[in-house]
Amino acid sequence: MAELLRVENLKTQFKTEGGVVKAVDGISYHIDEQEIIGLVGESGCGKSVSQLSVMQLISTPGEIVGGKIIFEGQNLLEFKANGPEMRSIRGAKMAMIFQEPMTSLNPVLTISRQLSEMLELHLGMDHQDARQRVIELLKMVGIPDAETRVDDYPHQFSGGMRQRTMIAMALSCNPKILIADEPTTALDVTTQAQLLELMKDMVERFQASLVIVTHNLGVVARYAQRIYIMYAGRIVEAGTTKDIFGDPHHPYTIGLLQCIPRLDEEEGRKLLPIEGLPPNLINMPASCAFAPRCSKRSEKCFLEPWPTLRYLYGQHYVACF
Amino acid sequence: MNQPEDDNILDIRDLKMYFPVTRGLLRRKVADVKAVDGVSFRLKRGETLGLVGESGCGKTTIGRCILRLYKPTGGKILFEGEDISSFPEKKIRHIRYNMALIFQDPYSSLDPRQKAGNIVGEPLRIHHMVGSQSEYKDRVEQLFSLVGLDTSMISRFPHEFSGGQRQRIGVARALACEPSLIVCDEPISALDVSIQAQIINLLEELQEGMKGLTYLFIAHDLSVVKHISDRVAVMYLGRVVEITQSKMLYASPLHPYTKALLSAIPIADPFVDEKRERIILKGEVPSPLNPPSGCPFHPRCFQAIQECSEVVPPLRDIGGGHEVACIRV
Repeated sequence: MAELLRVENLKTQFKTEGGVVKAVDGISYHIDEQEIIGLVGESGCGKSVSQLSVMQLISTPGEIVGGKIIFEGQNLLEFKANGPEMRSIRGAKMAMIFQEPMTSLNPVLTISRQLSEMLELHLGMDHQDARQRVIELLKMVGIPDAETRVDDYPHQFSGGMRQRTMIAMALSCNPKILIADEPTTALDVTTQAQLLELMKDMVERFQASLVIVTHNLGVVARYAQRIYIMYAGRIVEAGTTKDIFGDPHHPYTIGLLQCIPRLDEEEGRKLLPIEGLPPNLINMPASCAFAPRCSKRSEKCFLEPWPTLRYLYGQHYVACF
Repeated sequence: MNQPEDDNILDIRDLKMYFPVTRGLLRRKVADVKAVDGVSFRLKRGETLGLVGESGCGKTTIGRCILRLYKPTGGKILFEGEDISSFPEKKIRHIRYNMALIFQDPYSSLDPRQKAGNIVGEPLRIHHMVGSQSEYKDRVEQLFSLVGLDTSMISRFPHEFSGGQRQRIGVARALACEPSLIVCDEPISALDVSIQAQIINLLEELQEGMKGLTYLFIAHDLSVVKHISDRVAVMYLGRVVEITQSKMLYASPLHPYTKALLSAIPIADPFVDEKRERIILKGEVPSPLNPPSGCPFHPRCFQAIQECSEVVPPLRDIGGGHEVACIRV
């Protein structure tokens, strides 16, 4: 499949009183057409900020300070964040689903109003057509009784239905890329499974690509084709799902896999926690940020700058000596 | 588990907890939310029982009933052989030193204006567990090192600790009076993945070190519950639908809800996960205000028959301590 989006050396920083937070510190990745990729990391590793940067939804004190975001042959960072070019891309060609379905819908507008706004704005539909399309979309994502529920307010929907509505909204303009930022974390287990299946079916149907941002390794194991593992603002390992789980190289990836309980584990298996804490992103050392917690660290790790991604084989890359 | 049959620290029989729904100026009762509706299980001394279910299934309510933070509507809670379900408030305080609670949110469960040492030591004072000031100080220091916190941190305030460290403070506080039962209510779900394992291991090590320490481990994450528990009880809409040894849970689940719950959790290994059966349930958990007739799970069940909507299936033992509430099994 052809490449759809390429991010090169993206850097996003937040200027705070305590210093500069390098939330995203030079990450590069790409996504092909109709591909599902996973971006995995713990809270504060910059996975959400990197995606907000791609959408240019970073507001002060945050700032994208470097890199390229190449989408359909154009570098999006040449456009102003609130200029007409970005506005025609955001929501229409690239759409995002957020973690909190409770707070990402406007509580004082009906579902119909919120969804048809996008259709009228981006596709120039008139009110009646937009409403028809909204009902169709809601049916597609499995909202029962869509004809009547379309006039409900968000509080009348359950958490799962709200997230379904968010999916419908994100897909309404037939985007090329759907970015799902922890889309199911706030939901119940069986609802999570429903929604992930729904998203997978929907991106297939709409021939879109999907970026799943999550801390849950199980979710990406099941749905993603390729995975990027992030730590402290950088990508530390990249590869196909089978590379990452079958042949993990970075000590952080290995550590993550050893510290989570598995349903099929042997009786009496001990978890091997990663010692220490994730680093403070202010005033980070130039050397590897994982070294203080790493089980395989050597003196070299503290003396030399953080290694960049090194080619292993196929699509497998790792940032470790 | 070679303990005698009757060495139960906790025996819950037909526990019911209804919350009234009131309306209007006179707070007229219009309905009941049946948060817990006839739950029975036993906890043996020294074991860990996992209580798992989706939000609103009543698992936290059970934990709170056991600590008598709620007064149950019906049923019995036998703790160390005594029915505490109708104890008056004064009497309950005298037994509470023997049970403790670890909370989900390590941020809101610690008083921000108290020093960490004081938070951990307060139960000692309340229950008069220490005689002198020096004994108190020693015990607090001992608790800090027990949970892996440096004793130099005793005079710090909660905001100076990370999430994982705060949860360690919560664990130390729970251990202060050497309780025989600790109710752990989602103790790790607010923590980062790499920190969760630290707390799980801490809880396991403490249990190995202290003879007879019993956990009721409440969580929604089945893989965590299965890892830490000896037995697991699966709840749905205020009822227990299946209780089994945790090693049997993944190998041979019987209740359709347990099967669906297991299949909904992806295993972080694509080689294993792609071979598993996927059951995607229809619909969502109904409101406990208006539960379905018969088996509460029947509207979403993929094995339901007509009879399921008519009779409430009792939890029955099918041998080997495996209990299930389903007429199709």
